[in-house]
Amino acid sequence: MSGEASKAISKDVLWGGGRSPFSVSYGKMMMWYFLVSDALTFGGLLVAYGFSRAGSTAAWPIGEQVFRAMPFLEGHYPLAYVALMTFILIVSSVTMVLAVEAGHRNDRSGVLKWMAWTIVGGFTFLGSQAWEWSHFIHGSGGSFLLAEDVTVSGPEGEVFNMTAGESVFMDHHFGHLMEMYLDGNPAVTLSESGGHIVLTELGDHPHEAHLHGLTLNKFVEGETLIEGDAMMDLWNARSENFSFGANLHDSEYAVQQSYSNFFFFITGFHGFHVFSGVVINIVVFFMVLNRVMERRKHYEMVEKVGLYWHFVDLVWVFVFTFFYLI
Amino acid sequence: MERDDLIVNDSYALNAHHSEEEGQAIRKKIYMVTVILSVITAVEVGMGVMFKRSETFTWTAIKWTFIILTLFKAGYIVMTFMHLGDERKNLRNAVVVPYFVFIAYLIFIALTEGASHFGMDLMFH
Repeated sequence: MSGEASKAISKDVLWGGGRSPFSVSYGKMMMWYFLVSDALTFGGLLVAYGFSRAGSTAAWPIGEQVFRAMPFLEGHYPLAYVALMTFILIVSSVTMVLAVEAGHRNDRSGVLKWMAWTIVGGFTFLGSQAWEWSHFIHGSGGSFLLAEDVTVSGPEGEVFNMTAGESVFMDHHFGHLMEMYLDGNPAVTLSESGGHIVLTELGDHPHEAHLHGLTLNKFVEGETLIEGDAMMDLWNARSENFSFGANLHDSEYAVQQSYSNFFFFITGFHGFHVFSGVVINIVVFFMVLNRVMERRKHYEMVEKVGLYWHFVDLVWVFVFTFFYLI
Repeated sequence: MERDDLIVNDSYALNAHHSEEEGQAIRKKIYMVTVILSVITAVEVGMGVMFKRSETFTWTAIKWTFIILTLFKAGYIVMTFMHLGDERKNLRNAVVVPYFVFIAYLIFIALTEGASHFGMDLMFH
């Protein structure tokens, strides 16, 4: 003890009050604590998602099957669009950290340049998410539930024992007219000819949709297209229960409504964070433009909004893994 | 034990300003982390597309690989982009420790409740 007491400690390294013991300002520390609480909210959402999914008895949709469309392109690109969104958010995080770095060198034009790019990245991500939501809500053809058990064989002779209540999926073209037909649109008529179903839409642009095939296991592993007589067996075993796309009480993706509910809530809550991040970024951008930071002699406001923006990227990294990948 | 609260390292304090050389070093680190994050994301997508989901050990191993890679990405974002790694150790702990305590508790509750509620092993399912 006497050794401790006689050890000389320079006065200027001791915390004697008057400044933060963490060497950070009040605002920055509170931003960190806010982020901790917000991260717990997202953690709770993802744990709830895992809980629902593990407790589900029916097959749960998988990311590569549900999220494989690209804007303006035909065909399947599993997870490519989500990966692109992830990349956009990572890049906007990089431009944000470059803005913070420029702020530490009092480089006002650097801060403005990189913040502008971050705002552009944020809007790009929001636009991408809007497209993804729109695609998810409209769906890709719709599904119906079977009213009775039916056994069909696939193209390679494999046997599918389908039970009542399981989903069968239509293609986009046929599903679109089928939705109009079920809505009671008088211009659409349904008929059977030559062993398959034809939907006809009359009006200014009359056209037909033929039922060429029905798909089993579309959003889970083992997607199979059923054609010919087996397709008609599936069609004839249909119930009245059709679903097109997804909303808050119905979904074509899964028998469990919780799948699309979690999609809307988790990505929606994250998107709301991105949106508020963009708004705060714009506010701080104009503060820098008006030389507020020069009067304050520091760019800590940029750093604080930077922390929030990186947090948004951080959350997306986890959403990407737990919602889309696993 | 080194006393963290005696160390004066105010590189990110209000009154601190970085020189051009310091800025260059920080930027170099930022670009390196950018490359790491992009590569990990590309690898994850590739693995997700390549491997089929099944009740096998392979898929379980891949799931755990995803989780570990994600934690790596999270570590780089928090420690470099949010430069928590450059803050004082007591601030770092005040942020990281409470979070991990609560989230570990939440996951523990979900797994034990899940095991009794659904009668299954959620972790290795």
